Amino acid sequence: MRAGWTRGGTAALAVAVTLAVTGCGSNSTSGTGGGDPQSSASSAGVTGSLTVFAAASLTESFTQIGKDFEAANPRSKVTFSFGGSSTLATQINQGAKVDVFASAAPANMKTVTDAGNGDGTPTTFVKNQLVIAVPKGNPKGINGLSDLVKPGVKVALCAATVPCGAAANTALTAANVKLTPVTLEQDVKSALSKVKLGEVDAALVYRTDAKADPSDVDGVGFPESAKAVNEYPMVVLKNAKNKTAAQAFVAYVLSDKGKAVLTQAGFQAP
Amino acid sequence: MTGTRPGPGEPLLDAHLVVERDRFRLDAHLPIAAGEVVALLGPNGAGKTTALRALAGLLPLTAGHVRLGAVTLDDPSHRVWVPAERRHVGVVFQDYLLFPHLSALDNVAFGPRSYGMNRLESRERAVGWLRRVGLADHARVKPRHLSGGQAQRVALARALAVDPPLLLLDEPLAALDAGTRMDTRAELHRHLAEHPGATLLVTHDPLDALVLADRLVIIEDGQIVQEGDAATITAQPRTDYVARLVGLNLYRGQAHDHTVRVGPDFTLAVADAAEGDVFVAFPPTAVALHAREPDGSPRNTWPATIASIQRHGDNLRVQLTGAVTAAADITPAAASHLRLATGQQVWAAVKAVETRTYPVHHGEPEPEPR
Amino acid sequence: MSTVDDRGAGARRPAPAAAPRPRRGTSRVPVGLLVPAAVGLAALVLPLLGLVVRAPWSTLPSRLAAPGVLTALRLSLETATLATLLSVVLGVPLAWLLARVEFPGRRVVRALVTVPLVLPPVVGGVALLLVFGRKGLLGAWLDSAFGITLPFTTPGVVVAEAFVAMPFLIIAVEGALRGADTRFEEAAATLGAGRWTTFRRVTIPLVAPGIAAGAVLCWARALGEFGATITFAGNYPGITQTMPLAVYQTLEGGDLDGAIVLSLLLLVVSVTILASLRDRWITSP
Repeated sequence: MRAGWTRGGTAALAVAVTLAVTGCGSNSTSGTGGGDPQSSASSAGVTGSLTVFAAASLTESFTQIGKDFEAANPRSKVTFSFGGSSTLATQINQGAKVDVFASAAPANMKTVTDAGNGDGTPTTFVKNQLVIAVPKGNPKGINGLSDLVKPGVKVALCAATVPCGAAANTALTAANVKLTPVTLEQDVKSALSKVKLGEVDAALVYRTDAKADPSDVDGVGFPESAKAVNEYPMVVLKNAKNKTAAQAFVAYVLSDKGKAVLTQAGFQAP
Repeated sequence: MTGTRPGPGEPLLDAHLVVERDRFRLDAHLPIAAGEVVALLGPNGAGKTTALRALAGLLPLTAGHVRLGAVTLDDPSHRVWVPAERRHVGVVFQDYLLFPHLSALDNVAFGPRSYGMNRLESRERAVGWLRRVGLADHARVKPRHLSGGQAQRVALARALAVDPPLLLLDEPLAALDAGTRMDTRAELHRHLAEHPGATLLVTHDPLDALVLADRLVIIEDGQIVQEGDAATITAQPRTDYVARLVGLNLYRGQAHDHTVRVGPDFTLAVADAAEGDVFVAFPPTAVALHAREPDGSPRNTWPATIASIQRHGDNLRVQLTGAVTAAADITPAAASHLRLATGQQVWAAVKAVETRTYPVHHGEPEPEPR
Repeated sequence: MSTVDDRGAGARRPAPAAAPRPRRGTSRVPVGLLVPAAVGLAALVLPLLGLVVRAPWSTLPSRLAAPGVLTALRLSLETATLATLLSVVLGVPLAWLLARVEFPGRRVVRALVTVPLVLPPVVGGVALLLVFGRKGLLGAWLDSAFGITLPFTTPGVVVAEAFVAMPFLIIAVEGALRGADTRFEEAAATLGAGRWTTFRRVTIPLVAPGIAAGAVLCWARALGEFGATITFAGNYPGITQTMPLAVYQTLEGGDLDGAIVLSLLLLVVSVTILASLRDRWITSP
């Protein structure tokens, strides 16, 4: 039987070792090293942690951009919170500690800037269009908005307060299709997951969302989507803790490297 | 609602109860005739409640049988088992167990309703029974507002409302205070006398047995040790328990002519001549105490130590230890004259003529297993 | 034998001739209990007060009259009540089984019954989808054989609410049954009552207060359920959008005031209903 202090000491040592190994993990550099001459404002000098609130549709692309940014700025750390743009806007206005906000529609950005929480003018960095997401193989043969109202077809939409919901309503009105969805989801990823689970036959989501999940869903384009294009603005927040890093991040997104990732994901140039 | 009548001479209840549990074994024959009230007496742990529960169908027999009229209720060797709800046996429980959420009327009507009577008829029947026990005006009262005596009467009415061929009562008066007990006992006697079926009354109070029962059955450690009517048992107790029950000093010994050898150092001179294995009994009032060894007529004298002194009615009951233990009833005057105190050495004396001697095996055949 | 229940809101004032109240400082309530109790009460009540204070009282009437508000409230009350009924019908027999029957694996079953309590409701919703969804283990069969689908329907809301709330009822009823005196059931048997009659006329009435208390807990939990509902049943006004979902959507749409109004409405309605339940219905005699 070990003496008490030895066991306690061993535990303390284990904790200390764990902390040292996991702490500031992004400090370990790998592969592509420091200053890329093409990334203008971002240099190996950006330090500190950074919180970014971004629309759910930016999940895959911003996660990738975040990793690239951290690789380019080894002493920085980016944390994301993805969700419905209206949810994020509310949280920011209620005082959440955020450095950068990327919204899926100007309306939600406006709530933030109207409340005086933005620092400077928001920049539109991408555009996104809607597609109809259907289960892989398109079992119900949906080819356009009018197919959505065929009997027996269940459709999920985003709620009207969420950008993809607003865009969907615009597109449906333009196509003169009166659709009653079975559910109004709070963010686009929830709507997509209903398709993936097989609970609905179709959902109106962004092209980027359908593209991000090629094994589970197919994206069916439709002409009216051009009438309801979402512009994505991004802004540094007034109460940002790390303004330097925030601005560096925004610059990185707008840079060629950032653009490459976004285009790859299916976004359109602004 | 009654079972088929048994043939003449055959008891209504024919029970040989054998229950084995842990280290306890009950083995008792309990035949009861229609209209007969049998009291089952015994110390705690003797098996009285076990016997009652076995008859009620709340406990299965290990062996033996229970036959009520023409119906076999329990017979392990033939795999016959009738559960309690189909036995048609009425039970009055020690705590009465009146359903707290039902009025007295609905309690009494519960049995008839369970047997299929419609609500109106069962309520009428219940009202009739409540009238018989004198509680008709308490019909709507909930059990928690009834006094102990009233609850007991409702419990009796409830058990009798279905005219059961066998009625079981588990210490029916135990929960009552002394005054209520006397009145309730008298009333209970009346109802039991009117009951046409067989009745088994489990009790530890000999007065209950003496007043209410036609026949007493004494049970100790799962075995029946004595049975008979009150007079016989009172006159000739066969175990310590029974003797204490009826308030006698009892000894067992070897008799030869007019002497009985009770222990290696103790011999009693007795009034009745006898031979062999005998019981000798005498009441506490027959024991006289003396400060010194008395001379003169009493031939049974022995030194004893006072173990305790208690009030016993108008007298004092003195428990004695010595060659034998005995109880003596002394008047307070005699006690103060002798200056009796615990631990004191005295001489006890009993006149031979006050003793009663009877054989241990009294020549009557033991009840045969059927 | 007093039957006056002198706890809670129904307390009767003592007769005027009773002894005067003890003066401060000589109170018989130990301070050691009073202080934490007061803190606990404050912790529970202050957020509710915050809602009341911050409510937009001037626009309250027009907001309450807005379409969808009363619909959501009615839907909430209906589904919570149906979910409670479902929980009673299924939960009481299960509680009886757990309390009275010794069967192998009873402890495991009891632990499983409490799983919905520890499972995050959203996870519960996903689990329900995997079983009762269109492609679910049972859902696919229900759909093809009977044409019954649960997701996106009001019955689906009832199922989701019952899933999270039933354990409360089961635990309360099992506790009541364990504490009940089984000798009454023996007495009923000797009076000729079969097992079902005994259950119906003796066992259940004796634990009725426990069942009522469990049902109240169950109803309250069902009324407030959000995660499982929105995941399993979806969110559509009039069909699956219960009050909690309506509050969430309003809040996330940036309309804080609107969300407060809805929350206040739900608060007032449920407190009224719960406070009107008399003590003696949910405590044993």
